[in-house]
Amino acid sequence: MREFFFDLTWLIPVFPLLAFAFIVLWANPNRKLSTWAAWAGIGLSWLLGWTIFFLSWGDIHHLTPPEANHPVPLWALPAGSGMLEVGFQVDTLTALMLFMVPFVCLMIFIYSKGYMGYGTEQVDPHYSRFFAYISLFACGMLGLVVSDSLLTLFIFWEIMGLCSYLLIGFWFEKRYPDPERITPKEAGLKAFLTTRVGDVIMLLGILLLFSQVGSLSFVDLFSHDTLHMLAEKTVTLPVLGTMPVATLAALLLFGGAMGKSAQFPLHVWLPDAMEGPTPVSALIHAATMVSAGVYLVARSFPLFAAVHGGTQLAVVAFIGAFTALFASTIAVAQNDIKRGLAYSTISQLGYMIAALGVGAYIAAVFHLITHAFFKALLFLGSGSVIHGVEHGHHEVAHGHDDHGEEAFDANDMMNMGGLWSKMPRTAWTFLIGGGALAGIVPLAGFWSKDEILAHAWHGFQHGHDLGTFWPFFVWLLLTLAALLTAFYTARQVCLTFAGRPRTEAAGHAHESPPSMTWPLMILAFFAATLGLFGTPWANQFHHLIGEAFEATPFDPFVAGLSTALAVGGAAVGWLVYGRKPLAAGDVDPVKRWLGPVHTVLENKYYVDELYRAVFIRPVIWLAHVFFKFDNRWVIDPIVNAVGRAGVSLAKGMGWFDLVVVDGLVNLAGRAGATVSSLSDVVDLRFVDRIVDGVGDLVRAGGRFLRPIQTGRVQNYLLVAVLFTAITLLGLYVMLPVL
Amino acid sequence: MIPLSWYVLVSAALFCIGLFGVLARRNAVAILMAVELMLNAVNVNLVAFWRYGEPQAMAGQVFALIVFTVAAAEAAVGLALFIAIYRSRDTVAVEEIDLMKG
Amino acid sequence: MTYAVFILFTLMALCGGVLVVTQRNLVRAATALVLSLFGVAGLYVLLEAGFLAAVQVLVYIGAIAILIIFAIMLTRRMVQGDESGLNRQWGWALVSAVVMFALFCYVVVKAWPLALGAVSAPAVPADSTEALGLALLDWEQYVLPFEIASVLLLSAMVGAVVIAREKHDS
Repeated sequence: MREFFFDLTWLIPVFPLLAFAFIVLWANPNRKLSTWAAWAGIGLSWLLGWTIFFLSWGDIHHLTPPEANHPVPLWALPAGSGMLEVGFQVDTLTALMLFMVPFVCLMIFIYSKGYMGYGTEQVDPHYSRFFAYISLFACGMLGLVVSDSLLTLFIFWEIMGLCSYLLIGFWFEKRYPDPERITPKEAGLKAFLTTRVGDVIMLLGILLLFSQVGSLSFVDLFSHDTLHMLAEKTVTLPVLGTMPVATLAALLLFGGAMGKSAQFPLHVWLPDAMEGPTPVSALIHAATMVSAGVYLVARSFPLFAAVHGGTQLAVVAFIGAFTALFASTIAVAQNDIKRGLAYSTISQLGYMIAALGVGAYIAAVFHLITHAFFKALLFLGSGSVIHGVEHGHHEVAHGHDDHGEEAFDANDMMNMGGLWSKMPRTAWTFLIGGGALAGIVPLAGFWSKDEILAHAWHGFQHGHDLGTFWPFFVWLLLTLAALLTAFYTARQVCLTFAGRPRTEAAGHAHESPPSMTWPLMILAFFAATLGLFGTPWANQFHHLIGEAFEATPFDPFVAGLSTALAVGGAAVGWLVYGRKPLAAGDVDPVKRWLGPVHTVLENKYYVDELYRAVFIRPVIWLAHVFFKFDNRWVIDPIVNAVGRAGVSLAKGMGWFDLVVVDGLVNLAGRAGATVSSLSDVVDLRFVDRIVDGVGDLVRAGGRFLRPIQTGRVQNYLLVAVLFTAITLLGLYVMLPVL
Repeated sequence: MIPLSWYVLVSAALFCIGLFGVLARRNAVAILMAVELMLNAVNVNLVAFWRYGEPQAMAGQVFALIVFTVAAAEAAVGLALFIAIYRSRDTVAVEEIDLMKG
Repeated sequence: MTYAVFILFTLMALCGGVLVVTQRNLVRAATALVLSLFGVAGLYVLLEAGFLAAVQVLVYIGAIAILIIFAIMLTRRMVQGDESGLNRQWGWALVSAVVMFALFCYVVVKAWPLALGAVSAPAVPADSTEALGLALLDWEQYVLPFEIASVLLLSAMVGAVVIAREKHDS
């Protein structure tokens, strides 16, 4: 029975794919059918995913990594010298992801129906397309989770990147009155290009591994012998010096993870990705796709751990911890509810990455799972708030017509307030999600975050691969980030729900439809209870992921400190924003206290501006230079000069013709009729020819030069062929072997 | 038997004739025909090497068949494009299709 | 005898090719293309690839050439222009084609002897067509390229219909 279901694992990504195809090809005009197709696809995946998860829960001893990878080849296709093997595998990590991904997807699919306005007047014009895209996305994420090789993983990785791009830019026709504000279309492009930087690095890592190992399947890559070989063999790089192949490969793969999981310095795309519809932010940019980077590092963790005390783990730990603190400081100063959550996501992903860096594999995976639930909950909650405020705004605008044109930002928390009584379900669930994020006992986030901190502390106290400095440093940064996390979470909750409505729109907000609130409540249940499976005393996650990894002992000091910080941070947040809620028009008190520091935070440390100055401007400048080189400075002047020379020559010849020759001819004409006719012939046949000929020659010269930029394909092709011929000739002459 | 090199030379000649056509014809349909000549040259090569190399392994013939398919697809799409261009610009002279002109 | 046949087919192929690229009248050029393709089919027969020769006649001559003639008819007005069939860069094109041919000849002659005698090649198995079919459908060999080719054909067909269809809505 177990075998039977495991052999069906490959169907999990296929169901949403079929739903995607069905919607795109047939169901597109029919909203109801599209919704049901998408739901059916993900629902089947969810059922099968949970079946596999619970089967492997009961049977974990068959499934401890890395021996118990359960790779099942699907196809083996001839590809050049080797075979291209496509297959899937189930191990505990996969099973755990199969618990989280399809379920969160299902919740968000259900929520999307209400959010995209099904059955109302404000229904999105591309409603069906939205469901098609998120189905394709679900296929990508589920495929990534069940892949058994880096190659298929990369393919699904890119499918997700494509869907992310399409969905961020889903409202591509949207324009803002403020030209500085990024539009969805630009945000999609930015996300696509930024993650591409990471993906190229990752592809290099994959190629390196393939060239060294000759296979990309996880079983081959992470076998003991291969890892040993990779750790022993060294490469020498121009700038970085000599390092083991394993280190280099791990660092290159981590480049991909940095792009996808929005780690500093490739984090810039994620906040702007919030321009997409909120379910997308919840699904792709909080719960699933961004955790794919963490998943990749976790999946290839044996490779990261192959070299003891190598730089790769230090890099991972540092980048993760730095990102965690860095992003949480920015989150403090954001007024846009979704952007605040986006920075919180970056920060929490930093936690996971840092945890992997200090070797807290189980804690990282645990945090990945709990974070997916509570962050999806928070995003969906914020979506519900935005939905409510937008509807309130519509109602108000409907009342008096003069409001219609005014720019109103429904995402701005300064426009909210007092929503507690208006949207009780959203408020309650948001509070639970916020508590989980802040790390309040006994909600999910507390246990996973505490385990990470405890592991880092443990590494500091008892020694570690990385020595004692790195674990302590990581612990310090993460603890500070935990304090800030609690603070900004309390700030968000208070600004959104406490006090009195600061705008009319917030005053007219209503609770969202049940299709939106039910997923919130279900997710809230998991956000509250999931942590209990990973308590230090009965760590089911540890049990599940495998006894191969060292368990983190419970440390009362760390747990006490982090609880104190979480409660303290939240309390400070409440004191600042909750006790005396802001009224309309009030300035954020933190802004008053921090002054210019706050401005820096609000502007996200000017990283975007830096990138614009360092990368984007020079590229545009270079493009201009090349354009000018082509058009103004070199080719056009040559053509023009030749043309001008020709014109003046022709003029000179014309003058010669007119004055001298004509004079001669006239003279000759006076001399006699026969001579005259003869000179006529000379004039016509000879002199005119010369004059015309020179002009023609010049024109031909111009014509010869001009095709360089005519836009005619055949010219380009001709140049290419000629150049090829010249190159080949040169080769034959120089290489006598040929 | 005829030496292999003869076939290869015929193929090279056919290829270069096609190349000339692609570079020098004005009419897009004529260019397409020249491309077909080049593809045929490739096929002659493939089949000749199959015959003189390893006739038991079918790789050469299989690839020739794939080239047939690609050629058919290319001809269909190419001609459809020409008809569409002809409809909108009233010409299939490649020189006049120069939207990219600098 | 074989040589005579070879030379005949070669002449068909090459002369047809030359006519294709030089004829101003497109209908004549297309007819020349058919001639050239027949020549190539003959070469396939000489190479003992009978199936490919049949496919050549059916697919190329039967379908593609006809398709091209159709297209010529549909874009008829262009055909009757009295300008030359060649563009202005034809001289350079000729030069590059000739240079390329010279290079090819150099390589070929260096690599394989031109001499007539003592040419040997392994015998073609009697059931080569069957072997071809099996290879195409064999899981271990070419079934993926085969399937991809069929998908390609299908999508090209759909694409061609979509592109060439008159748009009535505007």
